[in-house]
Amino acid sequence: MALKIHSYEKAFLIVSAAMLVIFLGALGYAAIGMGIHLPSRADEIPPGEVMSTPPFDNPGVREVEPGQWEAVVIGRAWAFVPAEIRVPVGVPITFKVTSTDVVHGFYIENTRVNLMLLPGQVSEITYTFKEPGDHLLLCHEYCGVGHHAMYGRVIAEETPAAPATGETETADAGEMSR
Amino acid sequence: MSATIVADPRGFTLPDDQRALIRWFVYIGFGAMGVAVVHGFAQALNYAGVNILTWFPGLQDYYQGLTIHGVFNAIVLTFAFTNGFLGLCTARGLGRELHGGMLHASFWTFLAGLGLASWSMFSGKASVLYTFYPPLQGHWTYYLGLALLVVSTWIMSVNLFWMLAKWREENPGERIPLLAFISVATYAMWDLASLGIAISVVGFLLPWSIGWLAGSDPLFARVLFWYSGHAIVYFWLLPAYVSWYAFVPRHAGGKLFSDPLTRVVFLLFLALSIPTGFHHQFADPGIPEGMKFGHAILTFGVFYPSLITAFSVVAALEIGGRARGGTGLLGWFFKLPWGNPALAAQVLAMLTFVLGGITGLINASFTINEVVHNTAWIPGHFHMTVGTAVALTFMGVAYWLVPWLKDRELWGRKIAVAQSWVYFVGVLIFARGMISGGLDGMPRRTFMYGAPYAEGKWELAGLLTGIGGTLMFVSVLMFGLVMLMTIFFGERREERPDLPFAETSIGPATSGWETNLDRFKLWVIVTVVLILIAYGPFLLTYIPPELNSPGFKLF
Repeated sequence: MALKIHSYEKAFLIVSAAMLVIFLGALGYAAIGMGIHLPSRADEIPPGEVMSTPPFDNPGVREVEPGQWEAVVIGRAWAFVPAEIRVPVGVPITFKVTSTDVVHGFYIENTRVNLMLLPGQVSEITYTFKEPGDHLLLCHEYCGVGHHAMYGRVIAEETPAAPATGETETADAGEMSR
Repeated sequence: MSATIVADPRGFTLPDDQRALIRWFVYIGFGAMGVAVVHGFAQALNYAGVNILTWFPGLQDYYQGLTIHGVFNAIVLTFAFTNGFLGLCTARGLGRELHGGMLHASFWTFLAGLGLASWSMFSGKASVLYTFYPPLQGHWTYYLGLALLVVSTWIMSVNLFWMLAKWREENPGERIPLLAFISVATYAMWDLASLGIAISVVGFLLPWSIGWLAGSDPLFARVLFWYSGHAIVYFWLLPAYVSWYAFVPRHAGGKLFSDPLTRVVFLLFLALSIPTGFHHQFADPGIPEGMKFGHAILTFGVFYPSLITAFSVVAALEIGGRARGGTGLLGWFFKLPWGNPALAAQVLAMLTFVLGGITGLINASFTINEVVHNTAWIPGHFHMTVGTAVALTFMGVAYWLVPWLKDRELWGRKIAVAQSWVYFVGVLIFARGMISGGLDGMPRRTFMYGAPYAEGKWELAGLLTGIGGTLMFVSVLMFGLVMLMTIFFGERREERPDLPFAETSIGPATSGWETNLDRFKLWVIVTVVLILIAYGPFLLTYIPPELNSPGFKLF
């Protein structure tokens, strides 16, 4: 080990390494200690069978068990189904989203709900809206010539407008004009 | 051979046809950039709410132009310039000629690939962007064209390995001259890195686009793409690093700081560039979170050699600035020969790269990535890395390389210096716009002018993007003017100087532990092991791929 290193450089290298280790420690703490999770491996559904496979045969927001909410959404060229998603504030919502055709994005502005939608894979993330608000929902991955017209709304409300188990919203925005 | 030697001291002569091919690689690269930035200009204005796309004859839509912008800048410019520049650096480092046949094969393969990909994109049959995620399906000529561009780099790499093998036969036991070492290391990394894209394109997408396969696996294709897709960043960047380490110190009147550390840096890039791809897929389904975190750790690892580079390159500049009479903590910086456009462009590229690197580390930061993924923040980031650290460095290199290849003096030195500054100021304004817009939810890769939801949003961000992008475009026009005038009207040179590489301050050891750095085979094995650790668990739990997504041509 006769690598000749200048003393200033040695100090710089040690400080740099320490910085990276501290950053990684912080990220590890955020993931494990604070429970902020990224999407992971979930269900797989062949893209041709999405519309007939639960829960995607019945998209919408519902309370699956007391206190447990899920928002089931389909992305397709060039709309989200449903295009308007009403969720209650203060409870964790598990978004379950997939695509029936090409790759799309699912990004709720001013939140960390930021998913890629891939045909064949179910994207899942859990998020709690702390305050009521009206959020833009965007497709942020190029999905063809109408990509910039693919959007929706996520409305977080004090009183859940989405009815209890069973009933759903299937409001389809239709093919949005480009 | 003396211990401080960067390149074979006996010099070399390159046959005229080899000089011509290297020159044409450089011309084709910058020619592609010239085409690409025209649409880049339109994209930047589009963010500012100004639509000039209707002025483009034959352009079908925004995304067709965006595809050309990405492919021509990120693949054609970088591959062509690097094939020429590192081919030349290896030849000079070893004091040998290239293998003529392989050089020709590489060049003509490149042209064939460029022709096929261009035809598919300009005819609107492949508006799938340069990431071509299936199941959006381009014309088969697009995939074949891109594959041939990669094959061209492979042929060039075999050429470099062949030269190195010959050189070793003739110089047993000698240390590899540094200039050749870092060039070969770059191609060795890329050969391993490009396997992902090659398997995806040749094994799946090309037969699928022809109709031989019924479907694709979008997740598996993305995994293969990003296996190559992060490492390609280093295939763009390392040729710029070659220049920063081996040439910029000479422009500055300084010395390359440390030979052994330079080798360590390039070997770290070889080992760590590839097993990091999942950090582009933090938002993807289908990849277990723990595997994503593993790649996050390795991504922080590959940031380390860039931090070493920050020290080494600045130290080399400081040696130069102080030799020119600079004093004090920062006084040396202002004493650098700023009137030399090769230096001005590259030092400004380095300064921009500080911001590019920091934003990149933020992208790699696991949970924080969720705030910025696929927003305009991302192009804000990478226009400071590949769009400046690489592109502006290549322009800076061109200010000495094109005169050298053409035996003419540089025309319009002051315009060239001004060009560097206009680009620097332009990209900072542009990136400020993109980054702030992205933090505020502005999406990337989107025709904002036509987006119904964009009304009244992101106005300042869009305006800054438009202003900055306009300056960058003007700067590239200035660069084009300087290049064309140099090529056609530059004053003829009587003598051909040597390449302007630097001497080293701390040279290589001729014996002991350090000589292991030159054992490429050993480091390739280390790299392969790391790749297997990083990707093995995913592959074992995922394959075989499910080819059940039919293709869509939504353009």
